[in-house]
This record gives sequence, structure tokens and C-alpha cells, in this order.
Amino acid sequence: MGLQTPLYQKHLDAGARIVDFGGWDMPIQYQSLMDEHHAVRQHCGVFDVSHMTVVDVDGPQAKQWLQYLLANDVAKLDEEGRALYSAMLNEDGHVVDDLIVYRMSSGYRLVVNCGTREKDLRWMDRQALGFDVSICERPDLAILAVHGPESIDKVCQLLPEVLAETVSKLGNFRATEADDWFIARTGYTGERGLELIIPNEDAPDLWDRLIATGVKPIGLGARDTLRLEAGMNLYGHDMDETVSPIAANMAQTIAWEPKEREFIGRNAVEQHLEQQKQGLLPELTGIVLEERGVLREGQRIVVEVNGEEAEGIITSGTFSPTLKHSIALARIPIGSTNCRVDMRGKLSPVRIVKPNFVRFGKKVFE
Amino acid sequence: MSSFPEDLKYAATHEWVRLEEDGTVTVGISDHAQELLGDIVFIELPQEGANVDAKQEISVVESVKAASDIYAPISGEIIAINEDLIDAPEVVNSSPYTDGWFCRILPNDEAELEELLDANGYAAICE
Repeated sequence: MGLQTPLYQKHLDAGARIVDFGGWDMPIQYQSLMDEHHAVRQHCGVFDVSHMTVVDVDGPQAKQWLQYLLANDVAKLDEEGRALYSAMLNEDGHVVDDLIVYRMSSGYRLVVNCGTREKDLRWMDRQALGFDVSICERPDLAILAVHGPESIDKVCQLLPEVLAETVSKLGNFRATEADDWFIARTGYTGERGLELIIPNEDAPDLWDRLIATGVKPIGLGARDTLRLEAGMNLYGHDMDETVSPIAANMAQTIAWEPKEREFIGRNAVEQHLEQQKQGLLPELTGIVLEERGVLREGQRIVVEVNGEEAEGIITSGTFSPTLKHSIALARIPIGSTNCRVDMRGKLSPVRIVKPNFVRFGKKVFE
Repeated sequence: MSSFPEDLKYAATHEWVRLEEDGTVTVGISDHAQELLGDIVFIELPQEGANVDAKQEISVVESVKAASDIYAPISGEIIAINEDLIDAPEVVNSSPYTDGWFCRILPNDEAELEELLDANGYAAICE
């Protein structure tokens, strides 16, 4: 038996199939992944993502330390409640983890991946030497992600009037605190939605009330197809400690200015950027297969670069329930043409597109 | 819970077989198999007219989550395929033992059926 979130019994009650996910017993799907996926694109669904790791950072040098720790710059969080997506890099300029950082009324809140929890906490502790900061993991908090076109209305129906008013007006990547509840307009689906970070003991009741208003429970299976349609990276698949953010479509999440800000891995990623310009470092791009078949992680890609044959690899692939054909993220050489995927020994032609397939329920690539 | 009809024979690789009155057999994948695969999105059907050996790969099923090979449970000639599955592969999820059949095989040797599992034997390996 693995670790269980405060909603474990709720998942069983809803008929979930439970799988091990980074040491946690999590719902992979309830009845049908496809139905759950469409529920989020068309209406509204709730995900239990309490397995993710919440880390609160505070202290006199919290800002200064995060400016050193993260490739994006927390100086952009110029108001309480603002959120930022960032990579955390090692000295080689490779990705230790990707995370969201929120500015709180006091200090900052980071949400990192569950599979990288121990590694991240060790890394943060080590990098905090010489800084006056406190780093506090929050296993007492659960996270419910409510996403889909109806999500904000549904959540607001359940909140006290004043809080509902605030939440209904939240901009994207903005959050608000109300006592020990934290509600953010962030997510991993490409739809409007909220992430509610709340005390463990409040989670089952909120879950029940959401389900009672018609919000559908969504498993990690649909979470993966939704994030891939939205072109969002998954740590451990699309990037890891051997991959530069430059080769993982994350260059735009690195704050290069101000030049004097020394963040971990800066020198290395500056070199990676140069290497990529010279065609020496691959890029992460989207590919689509418009005929029958499903692209899968690990499949080999054959391309042409300046008339020479070269190779790439699929880092995440699935059937897109919204588009009704297969989509994937793939790492291929810069300037690739004539892209084909080795599917069970047969090379099938695929199209290279921007790594963003579906937003707000609609196809977004050409 | 998965269903395991008593009148069928099963391969350990999750195919089912029904002996028809005319001596041919109908082949599909079990309810347990479709549950494991989840939503099925493409099926590469067996080749009509092909002569196949038992345990030979005859078809590929792609679900959102995974690709899975389907094997001939018995040797013989493939005399019919269920072309409806090309456009409606999800029928295998909803009706694995009826409308979701894959193909019919004219067996070389009906005695090979004895090597397959009965419903109880198959249910036991699915636990």
C-alpha cells in the first residue's frame, strides 16, 4: 500500500481504478478516461492532486534566495497572489524540477512534483546554505484542481459571498488567500480553472460539495491527455536532470534580465542557447499524426537536416480525445524536415507543429 | 467486475473463442482485456484470407493508454473480419463478447480448442 491523500476513500467510492503514482495510491480513471477528458474540455472536472508537494519559503532573504534558486525571476511577482512557472536548474543547466511559485501575504509558496519530492527538498536545503530563509514542507495541505469552462462558477457557488466575488475576478496566474485556504487561477489542462490548496481535513467535504454540484471526478489518465493537448511538459518525460530547458521548450520561462542576476545554471543555459542557434542542441516541438495510429513515448523519429538523415525521439505521446488523432511532444534536431515516426517498424509521416495543440476546447495549431 | 461467459474458451493472452455450429470459431478480446486497455481508439484488423498459426500476432489494438498485440488463439484460415471496428473501435469496450468480435477462423484442427482455458481457468489468471 502506498501513501494516500485525504480523498482516497472518495476515489474508491467513485469507482476509481487506483494505481501507484510516485509512491501514492492515486486514481488513474473512474469510468472512462475519454469521458473524463471531454468533461473538462466541455464542462468541469475536479482532480485530486494532493500528492504534489507544497513548500512554503519565508524569511528575510526569501526573495533573494528564490532569485538564485530559480531560472525565472520572482521579482516579477510584484503583488501578493501572483504566480510564476519556473524551472529549477542544476549547475549544468539541466532541469532538477519544474514548479509554480506563488507570492503569499508572507513569503512564497512553491508547488513541486511528487516524484521529485525528496530530491527537491534536499536540493533546496543544500542551496539555502548562507541564506536567511525558512523552507517548510506542507504535508498538512491538500490540492484540488477544478478545471473546465464551468469551473470558476461552480467553485464560486460553494464559497462565502465575499470570497466568491474575489475568486470570480481573479486573473490568470493570480491567487487569493482566505484564512488557511489558498485559491489560484493556475492549472495543467489548457482550460480555465482553479487550484484550491486547503487543509487536509477540509478536502473531503469540499470534494463532496463539488461532486454534488455536478463536477465530475477526473483521474490522472485524463490529466495527462489534457496537459499534452495543452502542450505542457511532464517532468521525467519531456525533461529531467539530463535535459536543458532550452531543449525542452522552456527558454521563455528563463528570466535573462537583469543580466546581473546569478541563478543556478545560468552560465550553462546561456551556452545551451548558443549551441541551439548553431544547431547543436535539439528542440522540443509538437508533432501530429493525422492518419490512424497512436504516437507513444520512446518512439524513434527519423528526420532530414540539410539533406542528411538524423534522429529524434518522442518524449510524450497520446491519442488526443479532442482532435481525434494522435499528438506528441518530440525532441528533434533544429531545422528538421521530412519527419517520420518509427511505429512498430514502419515509418509513418508526421507533421511538425508548435507544441500547443488545444486551448479552451479548440484546436490551436495550423 | 469483468465478466467471463461460460460458453467461451480463452487464451492466456486475453482472447476469447466461440465454437460456432458450422465448425468455425469467432475470436475477440475479453472484457478483462478491454478494461485493462481502457478507451480503444484504433484497431488494426486481422487480414482476411490469411493462414495463421496459434499464438501468431494477428491484430493490434491501440487505446489512449497503450498498444497491445492480439494473437490467434487457434491455427487456421481467417475467413471473416469485423470491419465495423475500423470506424467504431469503442464497440470493443462496450460489447467485447458480441458486436466487438474481431474475426472468424476456420480451424485447421478443432482439437486445439482443448488447449485453451475455460471461464474459471481464465478468470483465475485475471485475478
